Amino acid sequence: MDWGALHTILGGVNKHSTSIGKIWLTVLFIFRIMILVVAAERVWGDEQDDFVCNTLQPGCKNVCYDHFFPISHIRLWALQLIFVSTPALLVAMHVAYRRHEKKRQFRKGDQKCEYKDIEEIRKQRFHIEGSLWWTYTSSIFFRLVFEAVFMYAFYFMYDGFRMPRLMKCNAWPCPNTVDCFVSRPTEKTVFTIFMIAVSSICILLNVAELCYLLTKFFLRRSKKAANQKQHPNHENKEETKQNEMNELISDSCQNTVIGFSS
Amino acid sequence: MNWAGLYTVLSGVNRHSTSIGRIWLSVIFIFRIMVLVVAAESVWGDEKSAFTCNTQQPGCNSVCYDHFFPISHVRLWALQLILVTTPALLVAMHVAYQQHQEKKLLVLTGHADPKHMEEVKKHKMRISGSLWWTYVCSVVFRLLFEAVFMYIFYMLYPGYQMVRLVKCEAYPCPNTVDCFISRPTEKTIFTVFMLVTSSICIVLNMAELVYLVVRACARRGQHNSNPSSGKGSFYGHKLSSEYKQNEINQLLTEQDGSLKDMLRRNPVLQEKGDRCSAC
Repeated sequence: MDWGALHTILGGVNKHSTSIGKIWLTVLFIFRIMILVVAAERVWGDEQDDFVCNTLQPGCKNVCYDHFFPISHIRLWALQLIFVSTPALLVAMHVAYRRHEKKRQFRKGDQKCEYKDIEEIRKQRFHIEGSLWWTYTSSIFFRLVFEAVFMYAFYFMYDGFRMPRLMKCNAWPCPNTVDCFVSRPTEKTVFTIFMIAVSSICILLNVAELCYLLTKFFLRRSKKAANQKQHPNHENKEETKQNEMNELISDSCQNTVIGFSS
Repeated sequence: MNWAGLYTVLSGVNRHSTSIGRIWLSVIFIFRIMVLVVAAESVWGDEKSAFTCNTQQPGCNSVCYDHFFPISHVRLWALQLILVTTPALLVAMHVAYQQHQEKKLLVLTGHADPKHMEEVKKHKMRISGSLWWTYVCSVVFRLLFEAVFMYIFYMLYPGYQMVRLVKCEAYPCPNTVDCFISRPTEKTIFTVFMLVTSSICIVLNMAELVYLVVRACARRGQHNSNPSSGKGSFYGHKLSSEYKQNEINQLLTEQDGSLKDMLRRNPVLQEKGDRCSAC
């Protein structure tokens, strides 16, 4: 179970996301997870072995390393990425639940169910409305919260995002204040700044997606209210269905797959 | 065979689980196995090479490491995760057995064509009858394994905390030597994280157990509120054939939800099924 498996799981969610959601997923996998696996892990690979303190006192190096790096950047990023990508599974579960309900209706032979074949239910893409809208919005909200929390944790633990070359340590059993040298500080600073920048881009994308969903929600509501005002007693099912189909067609034209195929 | 292989095996079980069971499986794979593979293994990677003792006595380092870490956290977690996920295979085996029985039934009723056989393989089994007992047993075993491992962890590493310094006086160390552990804070963070997810899994398993028991009681209540009409001996022979028909229907319901649908859609098949007293 590794990043590849997470990619498989989240690829399925891609189908029911908005276009901004698909861009966000692409940025997450290519600019964060892939960079982490392919580059950052190598940079931090020798972080403890090459952490050198100016002392021969056994144990001083271990203690000083532990004091300055309570949790490594790599592990923090790995946890951040896992937590940030998991809310999308709420959406996947909701979609699976809706599909299950539709299949049950189909099996009962319900007249309301307009599907000809159970395969059609499996392949159908659901519109983000109703309870699914709330689930989707909550998942974006949680993503934002997790991103912000981890960025704050980073800032709090490492006093800014810069990796210094030298750290002065006087934790026991170091005999006095010793100089300890961090390996590859500049490269680590570069990657830290890169990951922070991409994390900020992801936050912006999430905020944009949230705004987009809210705007769509209010527009739909005002359309319904306007329709009801014009035709208060007339329930034109055909027109409503046609409107929904048109919306679906225009949405699917907008939501062409960018980068990821589901 | 690695974690990916286990994932493939258990995804099949996912289909026949309750919704709580599916959430449990997601938590296991994403928050425990994935965190173990992607993060925890690299934290404990240098646990022995960076374990330093304040002595130059050869062998002291090895002996002290072995004394304080009889079994490493990552190996304990790996064992825990394997044992906790394996009871789900009981359910998989039972489902496979039931599917085998359904296929035999189809052959007996003379509809062993590939389309019906495929449908038997694809449909979702209802958790009732003997499958319910197997499912409940698997959940109980999961709970048991989780609790046992949490206890073992507590016994081996009291307080779940990783200390920076341990004092060791095992032979051949000349006297009490100070030994320093690598990355104790990071290890404590991950130990606490794995402990929390383990507790969440225990809570999910208990919730699933309660849900299954409540559902079974509710179903029983429904059965009791529709008693059979009239048990007089005057209708003796009719009742016995009705009783037989009820048994056949129950068997069909228990065995296969969609098989019943198949029979409903195909009246010829249903007739043969009704006449089949060997079902």
